[in-house]
Amino acid sequence: MGTRTLIPFGPQHPVLPEPIHIDLVVEDEKVVEAIPSIGFIHRGLEKLVEKKDFIEYVYVAERICGICSFIHGQTYCQGIETIMKIPVPPRAHYLRTIWGELSRIHSHLLWAGLMADAFGFEALFMHSWRIRERVLDLIEATTGGRVIFGSCKVGGARRDITPEQMHWLLGELAEVEKEMRLIVDIFMNDHSVKHRLCGVGVISKDDAVALGAVGPTLRGSGVADDMRLLKYAAFGDLDFQPITRSDGDSYSRCAVRCAELFQSVDLIRQAAAKMPAGEIAVKVTGTPDGEFFSRVEQPRGEVVYYIKGNGSKNLVRFRARTPTFANVPPLVKMLAGCELADVPVLVLTIDPCISCTER
Amino acid sequence: MAFFQMKKMILGWTFRTPVTTRYPFAPRKICPGSRGRLDITIANCIFCSVCAKRCPTDALVVDKANKKWHIDRLRCISCGYCVELCPKKCLALAGDHGIPTVTKDMETF
Repeated sequence: MGTRTLIPFGPQHPVLPEPIHIDLVVEDEKVVEAIPSIGFIHRGLEKLVEKKDFIEYVYVAERICGICSFIHGQTYCQGIETIMKIPVPPRAHYLRTIWGELSRIHSHLLWAGLMADAFGFEALFMHSWRIRERVLDLIEATTGGRVIFGSCKVGGARRDITPEQMHWLLGELAEVEKEMRLIVDIFMNDHSVKHRLCGVGVISKDDAVALGAVGPTLRGSGVADDMRLLKYAAFGDLDFQPITRSDGDSYSRCAVRCAELFQSVDLIRQAAAKMPAGEIAVKVTGTPDGEFFSRVEQPRGEVVYYIKGNGSKNLVRFRARTPTFANVPPLVKMLAGCELADVPVLVLTIDPCISCTER
Repeated sequence: MAFFQMKKMILGWTFRTPVTTRYPFAPRKICPGSRGRLDITIANCIFCSVCAKRCPTDALVVDKANKKWHIDRLRCISCGYCVELCPKKCLALAGDHGIPTVTKDMETF
């Protein structure tokens, strides 16, 4: 048995996009134990429900995360709407679905770039982010914001997508899809990429379920679990089946995300074809009185919002369980036994979003 | 072969113009409908202070007595809530973000 050494990894590290700290106990070049700690950027956003009324809080909910901002807003609005029994117009549901899927595409492309950067493939990183810019342009043209969409409100949507805009969006999306095929081909077939990902950080189906993994981390281990199956927003009307891979290694998780890029494009096309005409929002009267668990699928996995109101304009309790928080225990399991050089790649395969986790 | 695919991509882009904008020589193309700087048509304002009361970041101050409307540009998040609420529709979000602010002063209209 070699000498054990403790190597601190993060919160500031060249490969980490987010401030998570992991104490790595290594024996020679092998990690034998990983001890994570979070809490570097806690902002106390859950407590803010006591100051902001339930309508204004949408702006705060959207700012919990800078990448899946829209879906945070959507989850919050969905929770409030269920408590208050607000009949959201069907068109608003479709608009939310389209924006949610656009948000998934841009998040997965961002992850693809960071992942390529983590294993030192700079050219692939730049191409991933170049394609992401086009998706951000689509988002800006339809919602008015590039990262913070600001288009979701309690009772529906703030903006509509005109038929001309939709036509343009679908045309651009076809171009984006063509370009994405090129980079996905490299992620899936390149020898050097496969060398870094195949067989690394294996987590079995049973472990993934027992440790509470969510999103692509869970689906990469062969569990077909996706909150979109709950048929929230317009998913009930769309043809959707979760994408799974069975190997449970880094390559599988990467493959799930790559396949989800095209699945999201397909879902947007389906939603655009079936989108009904009509109102995009209803007037909200009254205050929330009751409690609800709102569950939505973010790019990183399932997000759970607990919302409780007592009939006043401020909520009594608000709690957000974000996907990265759920994916930390599987990450710790993956890290134990891996090579030191694989740590950055493994951390990135769960697509960590610590600002979400810290709230 | 993915190896040749990547080489092809890299070589292809070697002879193309860059995708990034040549800022500041070429200004950024502003997307219509983008949420940028908050503008006010002060002649139409009735100083009801609905915008100031409902602003999520308390960026607006309305002085009813002196008929003045103040905005802290560094606090404004361009959410557009005030634009929705304004009864006289005298507020609007411009497509661009305006020039950078260097001091924390309130701008007065």
